[in-house]
Amino acid sequence: MTREIALSRAINEAMHEEMHRDPTVIVMGEDVAETGHPFKFFDGLSNEFGTQRVIDTPISEPGFTGLAVGAAMTGMRPVVDLMFGDFIYLVMDQLCNQAAKTHFMSGGKLKVPLTINTNLGATRRSAAQHSQSIHTLLAHIPGLKVVLPSSAYEAKGLMKTAIRDDNPVVVFHDKLMYSEKGPVPEDDYLIPFGQANVLREGKDITFVGTSSMVSVCMEAAQRLETNGISAEVIDPRTLVPLDESTIVGSVKKTSRAIVVDEGHRNFGVTAEIASRIAEKAFYHLDAPVGRLGAMDVPVPFSPALEDLTVPTTEQVCDLAAKLCRKEVSGVV
Amino acid sequence: MGKARKPESKKNNSEDYLRMYRQMMRIRVFEDLANRLYLEAKMPGLTHMYSGEEAVAVGICEALNSEDKITSTHRGHGHCVAKGAEFKRMFCELLGKAEGYCRGKGGSMHIADQDNGNLGANAIVGGSTGIATGAALSAKLLKKDYVTVCFFGDGATAQGLLYEAMNMAALWKLPVIYACENNGYSQYTTTAEIAAGSMTARAEAFGIEAHKVDGQDVLAVNELASRLVERARKGQGPFFIELETYRYHGHHVGDINRGYYRSKDEEEYWKTERDPITNFAKWLTTQGVASDSDLAQINAEIRDEAKASVDYALAAPYPPAEEVDAHVFAGVDHVLPYLSGATQ
Repeated sequence: MTREIALSRAINEAMHEEMHRDPTVIVMGEDVAETGHPFKFFDGLSNEFGTQRVIDTPISEPGFTGLAVGAAMTGMRPVVDLMFGDFIYLVMDQLCNQAAKTHFMSGGKLKVPLTINTNLGATRRSAAQHSQSIHTLLAHIPGLKVVLPSSAYEAKGLMKTAIRDDNPVVVFHDKLMYSEKGPVPEDDYLIPFGQANVLREGKDITFVGTSSMVSVCMEAAQRLETNGISAEVIDPRTLVPLDESTIVGSVKKTSRAIVVDEGHRNFGVTAEIASRIAEKAFYHLDAPVGRLGAMDVPVPFSPALEDLTVPTTEQVCDLAAKLCRKEVSGVV
Repeated sequence: MGKARKPESKKNNSEDYLRMYRQMMRIRVFEDLANRLYLEAKMPGLTHMYSGEEAVAVGICEALNSEDKITSTHRGHGHCVAKGAEFKRMFCELLGKAEGYCRGKGGSMHIADQDNGNLGANAIVGGSTGIATGAALSAKLLKKDYVTVCFFGDGATAQGLLYEAMNMAALWKLPVIYACENNGYSQYTTTAEIAAGSMTARAEAFGIEAHKVDGQDVLAVNELASRLVERARKGQGPFFIELETYRYHGHHVGDINRGYYRSKDEEEYWKTERDPITNFAKWLTTQGVASDSDLAQINAEIRDEAKASVDYALAAPYPPAEEVDAHVFAGVDHVLPYLSGATQ
């Protein structure tokens, strides 16, 4: 049965189900036990599974991430909570030098089945150290899988797949979506990594959006429809691995593309996906590949400034109209 | 530390003493040959010699069983040998050959030997302190009775991760032993210049019982380690040991002209007066455990085995080119097609 639940509830269900299914799944992080996490997605876990498996840690991100790497190497499946994605910078050695490389450096002998649960997303008025979207940094590192759920349904299915994966997986939710409700099946389901979701079919332009930018793209597509532009919307779901063929296949059909991601535009996710489109679909393109990312400034506090830094539906519509106008005249 | 040994101590017999001697000598010989491979330009990269510190690795690892875990450092050959690794696969790894412990992907600084409980050497100073503590967390959660020993040098005491890990180990009473090999030098700088206060006080601040021991005395190390390992197994850990020792070679094999940071006299003193193998050999002969010729026989056997292993490794094949993108992810044969979304 499918009901409407919030994204944070979907994460909670994924945790409950996986902790029931596998006694080696544990949670580690700050205020994850009795508090159930400030964002509440671990509510009830410590009552049900005890504080041996739902472990409140000191505020020691490198330390407890390091412990989780060692625990993962020796039989556990830790889910580490980093309360804000910005804290990734604190754990870069443990994630990138240790977790990501252990399987490789050991010639395939040691495994690190570790899930990092964290977030991205600005416009929460939290200023520059609690608002960043730095998922692209991790997508750059061989040995890490990077997952960007775009709805409650996606969050549950992708989280369960992450926990069952035998490798380090970093799951970034947009923190502004935690309370967003969506239809989620009650039963057990997994969403495989590396299989993009085509949310909407179209023929004039392809929008590739990640995380909360998926709904930005969907809104833009609906608005453009009334102006005679038919947009296809693709959610890659995972950056590593990236479902290149669905994206490239779509662009070959539509001949235009815009990539929208909330990470910084400079050297970011949009650059990588745009370059893959350029490499694989160049001769099918009727316009340059458009890119919309977070402005290349630290996230400002003032709402008047912060709102200027993230891609919006209007920006997607404007860019789409510009790209399409070159070939499809008089539609906007 | 008391001198009286418990009657049930398994080291209280000749066989165990001779195994400790043999293991120390195996490390010394391994390092001599590794150094030679480097000097003869037969070894890619560089390596960090454990020579001089043998009593530390052997004294501790002889207190462990094969289920017990260790994490090791860039200066890790000694730990690896002491935890039960074989020469052939170690030399293969040092030379980047397919039969190495890590199929040539780790090299000198990353040998992992999971079957013997070696979770791997780490080339980030202090980088494995979290991993070792996490392995101890697994033991507690899975109700297994193995103990994890975290080897690190005095240099690593300057890394914050160690303190975060020790804090959690103490809070959660984890079965981990922090073994600080204080060889007096943090790369090319004396420990006195990089470490304020005392080493043991660092652990004591967390309520961790800390000990200091002569790291050149294999029996003293083993006796202390045996006691602490058994107590850690009973849930009385964690513990911290500072082992005073000395590194005969430079920071790495290429660090030859080191007169600017330490004197030849100092090196000579440690090699002639404090050598863990020479001194233990003297003890073995005066106690009547072995004769000089017994020990010479052991040394010769080790040299033969080491020499044969080097020859084997030199002739062994490199990994095939198609392995370059293997082992990036568990369950993915080759990562390059996977990164573009090809299903495996």
